[in-house]
Amino acid sequence: MATLREVACGGSAKVMRISAQGPMRKRIMDMGITKGCTVIVRKVAPLGDPMEVCVRGYELSLRKSEAEAIEVE
Amino acid sequence: MDGGTELSRVIALAGNPNCGKTTLFNRLTGSSQKVGNWPGVTIDRKEGRIKAIGAVLVDLPGIYSLSPYSPEEVVSRDFLLDSRPDAIINIVDATNMERNLYLTSQILDMGIPTVIALNMMDTVRRDGTVIDTEKLSKALGCRVVGISALKGEGMDELLEAISSAGETPKPVRLSDPLEKSISEISGKLEGKVPDGHLRWYSVKALERDVLAIERIGESWEEISEIIDDLEKAEDDESDSLVASERYSSISDVVVSSVKTKRASGGYTTSDRIDRIVTNRWLGLPIFAGVMFLVYYISITTVGGWGTDWVNDVFFGEWTIPGAAAWLESMAVDPVLTAFIVDGLIAGVGAVLGFLPQMLVLFVLLVILEDSGYMARIAFVMDRVFRRFGLSGKSFIPILIGTGCGVPGIMASRTIESERGRRITAMTTTFIPCSAKLPIIALIAGALFGGSALVALASYFIGVLAILLSGIILKKWPSLSGTPSEFIMELPPYHIPGVATVIRSTFEKGWAFVRKAGTFILLACGIIWFLSAFDWSMSMVGDINDSMLADIGNAITWIFVPLGWGDEWQFSVGTITGLLAKENVVGTFGVLFGFSEVAEAGDEIWPIIGAMLTPIAGFSFLAFNLLCAPCFAAIGAMRRELGTWKATGAAVLYQCLLAYAVSMVIFQIGSLLMYGTFGIWTVAAFATVALAAYILVSKEPFARARQKISEAAA
Repeated sequence: MATLREVACGGSAKVMRISAQGPMRKRIMDMGITKGCTVIVRKVAPLGDPMEVCVRGYELSLRKSEAEAIEVE
Repeated sequence: MDGGTELSRVIALAGNPNCGKTTLFNRLTGSSQKVGNWPGVTIDRKEGRIKAIGAVLVDLPGIYSLSPYSPEEVVSRDFLLDSRPDAIINIVDATNMERNLYLTSQILDMGIPTVIALNMMDTVRRDGTVIDTEKLSKALGCRVVGISALKGEGMDELLEAISSAGETPKPVRLSDPLEKSISEISGKLEGKVPDGHLRWYSVKALERDVLAIERIGESWEEISEIIDDLEKAEDDESDSLVASERYSSISDVVVSSVKTKRASGGYTTSDRIDRIVTNRWLGLPIFAGVMFLVYYISITTVGGWGTDWVNDVFFGEWTIPGAAAWLESMAVDPVLTAFIVDGLIAGVGAVLGFLPQMLVLFVLLVILEDSGYMARIAFVMDRVFRRFGLSGKSFIPILIGTGCGVPGIMASRTIESERGRRITAMTTTFIPCSAKLPIIALIAGALFGGSALVALASYFIGVLAILLSGIILKKWPSLSGTPSEFIMELPPYHIPGVATVIRSTFEKGWAFVRKAGTFILLACGIIWFLSAFDWSMSMVGDINDSMLADIGNAITWIFVPLGWGDEWQFSVGTITGLLAKENVVGTFGVLFGFSEVAEAGDEIWPIIGAMLTPIAGFSFLAFNLLCAPCFAAIGAMRRELGTWKATGAAVLYQCLLAYAVSMVIFQIGSLLMYGTFGIWTVAAFATVALAAYILVSKEPFARARQKISEAAA
């Protein structure tokens, strides 16, 4: 299954499942990335990591390793 | 809390970070604020009186959720559950309702009377958005008041709403299957938790929230069955179900009560600024430019001028000579005069001299933080720093630390993770500050023909010590517990309010003067006393006859393996460096019989050149760069680390590291240069091997502890 990490800049995707565990899982969901919501990938930081996404109308940054734990379609 | 607060109503102020909470807190409480610490963590706990309604307002840390993971969240939820305030003001950013109301829906579950202060209504109106607060209020089951904390709009209505708040709010309803499971769990928990908390505990149990379950202690098995059934029926994990249901209920509420003009996902002014500021190519140059400006303004120019003025003119020309002359004219005992002038006033000066630089720096930091740029610094620099257990924001303390370690350490407060904050506060002083430059110049001049490479090597050692310490310390059990996730909001840019900037600058400056001041004063007094008196408690004219000289003599053997322990003067110089690092060179001047020496000690270069080999001199330099910083910096560390125990551990770590580095430099350097070999050479190689093991091994400290306990058993 594709993850948020693979979504190109400017593209958007629908969240299917959060495969992260523990605090990171909770944090991802608390910040509004939940099953069924749409995430737009804005850009990647100058050094290639982390990335910036738009979710529920605000800007959020997360590392690629964290984006990998978000399954999308 | 003082005695009078027992009778007053206690109101908690809760909300997301960056939603104007501090501004609202200041507006409601005015000047009646007290700052303390939440138990066990280094998070500010602020409370103040709302005079108009005679209540106490407790400012909770900015949080996104009441999950049990970050210290901010734990502190907030424990306060709401255990202290059970009479009411909650939940401040909500009207320009970002969905995420803000997520916290609201959790707060409403706690069953405490709640008023929602819908902030930034002025911005919302300007954007052409219309929010129906009546409808919102009905949907959320609690009072909603539109305000602008910045402009002071809606304050009277908010005060009126708080003073009449007493009704238990209606929780936000989730989907039917979830509500069914929640009420089943409630049935099991009834009577085992306080009535008002029943729904909160039931929902948390449904999420399998470990800490909430620990509080209940029992009946976990039956609850587990209920959750398993739900998960099977809905084909998803329960915590994910709760989170997405919360968000979708909120989303429905928002859609029904907010009419917006802007299409979601469109570009705002803030987005346009961000496209330049965090741009692939411009991001780093802009960051470098901002850092240069911060350093230039706070250390080189404005702040530096202020500090020079306080040190040289205010204390150097006015206060100290003035006080000395006045005391002399009053025929005060010369011993007492010396104590007052050289001990007390000079001690106070050592504290206050840092203040101008610090205040200028704080103004800039608050502006960076409030404008939203600080979050972008973390975004741009994260990749470089995270492998060292540090944050992208650690760059600022280290940069400022090249000017002065005290504001450098205090700048670490802006770092989001507790671990990054602690490690940064512990390692910032490894970078050579401006007061260490004379020591560098002394060693370079006396032993290396004034080579600029010595200074370069000093900075290199400092940076290396910070990075390697990051790797080592993040493996230390008490520092490794917190997860290093980086899921962070990038708040919209906005222009910071002048009042907020002034206020938080003043608060931070005062906190330093008050907390660090007492300690620095005491420590400076003790060192002065030891250097001015002999053992029969009579004052000495020459530091060579003082108690400090004897102490230096007594401890100097410790430094023999570092190559400079045979001459006791170097030990004494190192001790006086604790007052201020620029003292080291001056002390040498006195110890070697000069009443006054130039800043870099040119007069004593030949003496030092004869006493030490270049390797031993460099070892002395490395030790003084890395060991315990001056008392002012230790005081600042105490403030950031929270306890004297943690501060003591940090200083011990610094001294051990300094010792190890200097020993390796001297012993291995001597082996390579002069072929000397002995037991300490072996120790130096063993130190290198140990350091390599700690750096490479995954859990060196935990394993060592395990081995020790096995051996004991």
